[in-house]
Amino acid sequence: MSTTRPIATTRSATGIPTGKLAVWWVIGSEIVIFGGLLASYIMHRLGHPEWAEYASHTNTWFGGANTFVLLTSSLFAVLAHHAAEHGDGKKAAKWLLGTCAGGLVFLCIKAVEWTGEIQHGYTITANGFWHFYYTAAGLHALHVIAGCIIMLIIARDAWKGKELQRVELIGIYWHFVDIVWIFLFPLLYIAK
Amino acid sequence: MAEHQDHADDHGQAFYVKIWAILLVLLILSILGPIVAPHVAFGFLEAWMITMMTAFGIAVVKAYLVAANFMHLNVEKKYITYLLVTMLMLMLLFFAGTAPDVMEHKGQNWENVAAEAEIERALEAQGTADAHGEHAREHEDAAH
Repeated sequence: MSTTRPIATTRSATGIPTGKLAVWWVIGSEIVIFGGLLASYIMHRLGHPEWAEYASHTNTWFGGANTFVLLTSSLFAVLAHHAAEHGDGKKAAKWLLGTCAGGLVFLCIKAVEWTGEIQHGYTITANGFWHFYYTAAGLHALHVIAGCIIMLIIARDAWKGKELQRVELIGIYWHFVDIVWIFLFPLLYIAK
Repeated sequence: MAEHQDHADDHGQAFYVKIWAILLVLLILSILGPIVAPHVAFGFLEAWMITMMTAFGIAVVKAYLVAANFMHLNVEKKYITYLLVTMLMLMLLFFAGTAPDVMEHKGQNWENVAAEAEIERALEAQGTADAHGEHAREHEDAAH
């Protein structure tokens, strides 16, 4: 493998490192993806009075517990970034593993929650509300899974003291996933 | 990088833990909102308005705290803020263009018969289900 870096990774017209700029553009496109989905949900929810009854069956405690887990994992991600900035790759890797563990706990809680709901007959085909519920939370969960996988790869490098700038980049992505959940939580669990 | 170094000195670990603690307090408030709302509602301030404020008002504050302090948008170049605001504007444009056709079920020269029929059917089924205490029934009906 060549040790020279492609020129695109070393020059910057904006003054922002290329990797970081790329992550922000990913987030820009994610805003349109999740934003479009949530905007569609809001307009349907407002246009369909019968959805109020459907929405009343979601469990606020599951949603609240998952919000707590994601907020805490975001704290771990920013502490990993803090450690990486001080050149402590091992500490950064440990915090990243903590963040990843948060993602796994989130997915486990979601699995228990969905199992109960599906057993009660609230499946993705039950009605419009549950279509949106599983699509929005499912797309979000896919982002959590992707984030965990990338985080493990970055943690492995960080442990060896390599590519420490990437710790911040995965952190930015993870905080965005956290922000999406911050809006999904009131939409699906609180406002009913 | 100098900018980052200064930033790291200002924001120690304790600072991040403090932001996290504020986020948790806000989370608890947003959960308590719908429970407390009926008891504190008075005059024109109805329970649903309080729930909306505690749900979405707090969500906006939480998102701001995470974006500004964890994603470091407060010290990031303005380019990024402009990028994100542009994307949010595109989302609003999409909403404004589409919402009238979804939220309304009839207009001057059109009528969404299917949506109206579904609302009528579902509300009727919910009324029957509530009367018999069978909450899952309408979902089963909808599934068939």
